Amino acid sequence: MTGRERRAALSAGMFLAPALLLIAVFFFLPVVAALLLSFTDFDIYALGDLSRLRFVGFTNYLQLLQSPLFWIAIGNTFYFVLVGGPLSVALSLGAALLVNARLTRFPGFFRAAFFLPVVTTLVAVAVVWRYLYHPRYGLLNYGLSWLGVDPIDWLGNPDWAMPAIILMAVWKNFGFNMIIFIAGLQNIPPQLYEAARIDGADAWRRFRHITLPLLGPTFLFVALITMIGYFQVFAEPYVMTQGGPANRTLSVVLLMYEEGFRWWNMGYASAAAFVLFALILAGTVLQLKLRRESP
Amino acid sequence: MSRWMHRLLPSLVLHGALMAGAALILLPLLWMLAASLMPAGEANHYPPRLWPSAVTFEHYAALFTRLDLGRHLLNSALLAGAVTVIALLINSMAGYAFAKLRFRHRDRLFQGLLAAMVIPAQVAMLPLFLLLKQLGLINTYWGVIIPGMANIFGIFLIRQYLLAIPDSLLDAARMDGAGEFRIYWSLILPLCRPILVTLAIFTFLGAWNDFMWPLIVLTDSTLYTLPVALANLLGEHVQDTELMMAGSVLTVLPVMLLFVALQKYYIAGILLGGTKG
Repeated sequence: MTGRERRAALSAGMFLAPALLLIAVFFFLPVVAALLLSFTDFDIYALGDLSRLRFVGFTNYLQLLQSPLFWIAIGNTFYFVLVGGPLSVALSLGAALLVNARLTRFPGFFRAAFFLPVVTTLVAVAVVWRYLYHPRYGLLNYGLSWLGVDPIDWLGNPDWAMPAIILMAVWKNFGFNMIIFIAGLQNIPPQLYEAARIDGADAWRRFRHITLPLLGPTFLFVALITMIGYFQVFAEPYVMTQGGPANRTLSVVLLMYEEGFRWWNMGYASAAAFVLFALILAGTVLQLKLRRESP
Repeated sequence: MSRWMHRLLPSLVLHGALMAGAALILLPLLWMLAASLMPAGEANHYPPRLWPSAVTFEHYAALFTRLDLGRHLLNSALLAGAVTVIALLINSMAGYAFAKLRFRHRDRLFQGLLAAMVIPAQVAMLPLFLLLKQLGLINTYWGVIIPGMANIFGIFLIRQYLLAIPDSLLDAARMDGAGEFRIYWSLILPLCRPILVTLAIFTFLGAWNDFMWPLIVLTDSTLYTLPVALANLLGEHVQDTELMMAGSVLTVLPVMLLFVALQKYYIAGILLGGTKG
């Protein structure tokens, strides 16, 4: 190393040190510690006196797999991801197509209107939706009564609580994906559409054979970030249903929060967090693989 | 007739769909605002009212006097402001180093950081709580601020932006004998202004809207941020719809105004993260 290179490395170190140190101490270290924690019986007694801590191997993971409540949380989380995710992606693509259409006047206004829920505070809008879902006075049931639908106890009925939470979550965040889709649409060369029109392709065929294939990478990105975000659902059920009714909206993160920070079963809760991480990782790998295999 | 079929009808359908969509999307927010101005009890009415019969600010007054929500508003502003200022400095320094300084394993280190973004934050939360407890930072502002001070996505944004700036500009400054810190402070930071605004909005909104971590760290109710205070308020005042709506307006209005004012920068940030990432 020459003196000049050493000086460069030294100054790079000075610029990087604060960020890397913080990320190492307050993110990487806790992640490693969480893995270790998940193999211990860390509970409220260990919180007071660390000598109570014991290494228990895979006991926490085995207990999770044998716990009906954990399977319910897994099932609910998958329900939320597999129904809410595609719904959010489809709605955001639809909105992007409308906002980006050639004929659309004031696209900036519509884009901002559709995007506004994204910047709102989740807790506050979850509170608002609680009232919109009110079986008697809620706006939603009133609107549905015009269509002849009988009142639904959205958050009180075990079968409707999860769809209600999904609807609210999709409303809250489809605008984010819409922005990314609009950028993707604007990257498609307009000449392609012109050529297809000259060849007599109708709107559906242009969408099917030009828009969709060329949006491929955008789709993958949107699907990935939506899936990763939806797996971490927490505040919606925390504020709207507390996981109820009958645990039908209990998510993995809500379970982790309850076990870890309410009952202080931190070993058990860490194991739950790692199962969630494994699911997210598996989902990510699966989507990347599917995308690579499809033409 | 054919002109109508080919030009006006599609446009009519398109704008009808857009306007119906926008109305449905904005309805919950408009109803929140309207209900917050209704006299007590009016929001629990069938058929539901969309507009207050008489506008009243009594619920806002109650929030600030009886329920001390001003304190939580201040907590939120203070925490989000502090996180934003510190995060801008720390992430822009690291982003600069990754984009413009040469050192061994630079790109591998950066790739490693990016890969770590798939780890959900919740995985780190339990040990992070124990660590901050050891440091005596549970139930303090710092307990909320510290984990948000450095952010991989923030470093990524700054780096992407700086990659587009030619090295010759920096080399010229180095020729003139400027030190690296001076270059960073008086050349890089001014050049980065647009992306710094973007990062500032992202960080501020993220910190303002965050719920789970402040809920875990802050146990003393006087330290609660607005979202935590609002969730807490719901426990006691779930029947007071108008009051809860006023609290919700108070929570979302600052970030909505910030977004409306700085929309351009916010959307530029999503695109930088979304299309080039």
